[in-house]
Amino acid sequence: MATINKFKIALVGKPNAGKSSLFNQLTGLNQKIGNFPGVTVDKRTGLCQLNPATQAQIIDLPGIYSFYPRTLDEKVVTEILADKKNELYPDRVVLIADATNLKNCLLLLTQIIDLGLPVILALNMMDQAAKAGLSIDLIKLAIQLDVPVVMINARNGHGIEELKKLMAAPLPASSKKFYPIEKEAKPATEKIKERFHLANDYVAYQFLQQTKSLVSLSEEERAFITEVSNHYQLFPGKYQGAETILRFGAIQEILNKVIVKSANNEWKRTSKRIDAIVTHKIWGYLIFFALLFLVFQSIFAWAELPMDLIDLGFAHLAEWMATHLPQGPVFDLITQGIIPGIGGIVIFIPQIAILFAFISILEESGYMARVVFLMDKIMRKVGLNGKSVVPLISGLACAIPAIMATRTIESWKDRLITIFVTPFMSCSARLPVYAILVALIVPEERHFGIFNMQGIVLMGLYLLGFTAAMCSALVMKFIIKAKERSLLIMEMPTYRSPKWSNVGLTIIEKTKSFVFEAGKVILAISIVLWVLASYGPGDKLQNAEKNVLESVANQRLTEEGLENRIAAYKLEHSYAGIIGKSIEPAIRPLGYDWKIGIALITSFAAREVFVGTLATIYSLGGTEDETTVKERLRTEINPETGEPRYTPAVGFSLLVFYTFAMQCMSTLAVVKRETKGWKWPMIQLAYMTGLAYLSAFIVFQSLS
Amino acid sequence: MKNVAEMVPGEIGVISGFTDEFLSLKLMEMGLLPGTAVQFNFTAPFGDPICISVSGYDLSLRLEEAATISVFN
Repeated sequence: MATINKFKIALVGKPNAGKSSLFNQLTGLNQKIGNFPGVTVDKRTGLCQLNPATQAQIIDLPGIYSFYPRTLDEKVVTEILADKKNELYPDRVVLIADATNLKNCLLLLTQIIDLGLPVILALNMMDQAAKAGLSIDLIKLAIQLDVPVVMINARNGHGIEELKKLMAAPLPASSKKFYPIEKEAKPATEKIKERFHLANDYVAYQFLQQTKSLVSLSEEERAFITEVSNHYQLFPGKYQGAETILRFGAIQEILNKVIVKSANNEWKRTSKRIDAIVTHKIWGYLIFFALLFLVFQSIFAWAELPMDLIDLGFAHLAEWMATHLPQGPVFDLITQGIIPGIGGIVIFIPQIAILFAFISILEESGYMARVVFLMDKIMRKVGLNGKSVVPLISGLACAIPAIMATRTIESWKDRLITIFVTPFMSCSARLPVYAILVALIVPEERHFGIFNMQGIVLMGLYLLGFTAAMCSALVMKFIIKAKERSLLIMEMPTYRSPKWSNVGLTIIEKTKSFVFEAGKVILAISIVLWVLASYGPGDKLQNAEKNVLESVANQRLTEEGLENRIAAYKLEHSYAGIIGKSIEPAIRPLGYDWKIGIALITSFAAREVFVGTLATIYSLGGTEDETTVKERLRTEINPETGEPRYTPAVGFSLLVFYTFAMQCMSTLAVVKRETKGWKWPMIQLAYMTGLAYLSAFIVFQSLS
Repeated sequence: MKNVAEMVPGEIGVISGFTDEFLSLKLMEMGLLPGTAVQFNFTAPFGDPICISVSGYDLSLRLEEAATISVFN
């Protein structure tokens, strides 16, 4: 039977009530992640076949306690539930409630009932409520609220079939009203109802209270609302406190009738015992740092194999194409521009997946709230937030997933600062650059028997990046104006074991959004860089082979050596080479020549390209073998001084430059996506590169 | 009048009012209503933020936020 009915069903509930689990239960892999216009929360929608004749589009809304938004992102809820013109305005709503904390969940329910939306109450965590000794008369509850009530277990799926039946069945709106509009606001509400042809008092009241959240209103309509508000001396939030107290009064009355036996908090004893250790002065931090260590070990150790395989796979793909496709400019574009570009995106997937697996486990278990609790005080000193810790740490692996992980920070200012400073944390792409330069300029000697000098310098670079992040955050704290107050009022969820399917779906979701959102920009810039590196003005590139052959006519070169010479010659005369030469005056004060200049430019695609580019410039062919490159760099002579090119001054200057500079277009692409515009990524690019230039200048000038 | 930030671990009090209107709206929506019992659980290692129990669940807030909640005891 074909689908006859199609419903739009919104999923609402407070944070930690199990909303994501329910969404995953209902939609499985049929999820679509998009963007709500103007805000940074993901728009998660999914399809669910309720019965053979009915299909539902499930809309997952941000977790909220009340219909009045606490953060900018929560405004999307008002936008959808109070505005019939919104394309996502639901036919019905499912409110998921935490049965162990029913009172707080019912606040939102009474607001949704007052909005006139048909709603189903899904009571989750009934098993825990039962353990706590709580006993609820569900039939009475349904009668009191005049909404269908169903028990579900969002973790194992019990009760989901029942819920689906209710979702598909005819569903009238509740006949109850919980909040009569204040007498003083009545006349204004009537005016709004008339002007906008609204039938519902509370919806009209919200037009007055949350005018800014309703994006579909025209300028003229807004002006009308402002005029009405001014005339009746109303302002947003005027009666909000009174409304909350009134609603809770009504809720308490209902609860008094339906709670057969109240809960005791004995069942939380295990959770309390864990907290005593996890938030302990010493143990708390020890456990936290031990976990961090574990996460890093796995990101570096476990991701290495799949990353190598991906690298190999793309190399084989390019090789295969070389033998199966006709030669020509298009062929070059595909094998040297597009395929490596896609490879550069795909190679990050293992690290992103592993990092988000950990983050998701920590979040699911309830531990993440404790990390925030432990770190908030320290982070706040520099203008960050307890919730900035995870992104900063993740930034040591890769800034891309780290910036994506800032979504949990509610305060826009705190979040922006976190996004801004995270790329200072030394990511894994800097490691190959650090490794080769440190090995080149720092002698491998031991101090006091245990301290390896190279290791100390390497650690110093990580510390340098961290310090830059903290100092920049501090500066930003004073520059940026807050749009809203930074708050930490946060529920500490009871510990529980993670639900693995949720972890899996998080990994898929994050990876997908990286590949498709950031991927587009990375691919585009890869192609641009390829064009710059493969084309040049005049006929120098076409005649590369001839010119090189002439210049080396009396030398005896192997065929491979000759090819490497030609590649180096081509790069030198390409647009990238010309840019490298033309920026030489600018980078000379840092101790660099045009060859390093080319490497700096190509590094913009990704920092690790530095090593490969140097390999090409110094005619080493495609090899990125560290020892070969290192030996070649060591013997490179500066023609002006006759001394080695890579002196300690140049080496340290380069190290500092790579620590600070924003040389990662993938990061810029993600920042653009997360901040919804080019403004912040451009400021970030200018600031970080400026700082890098200045610091490298100081280092070179003072060392040489 | 005492406030939540001045309580000691284990202490129980009854919320009597708020001194910050903006915060009070948020706090009341989370079930911290005048007349509700609040228990001070523990603090983070540097004394801030703190964890309290209210209407059957645990909540963490900063000291400056807790200081806006007056308690009666």
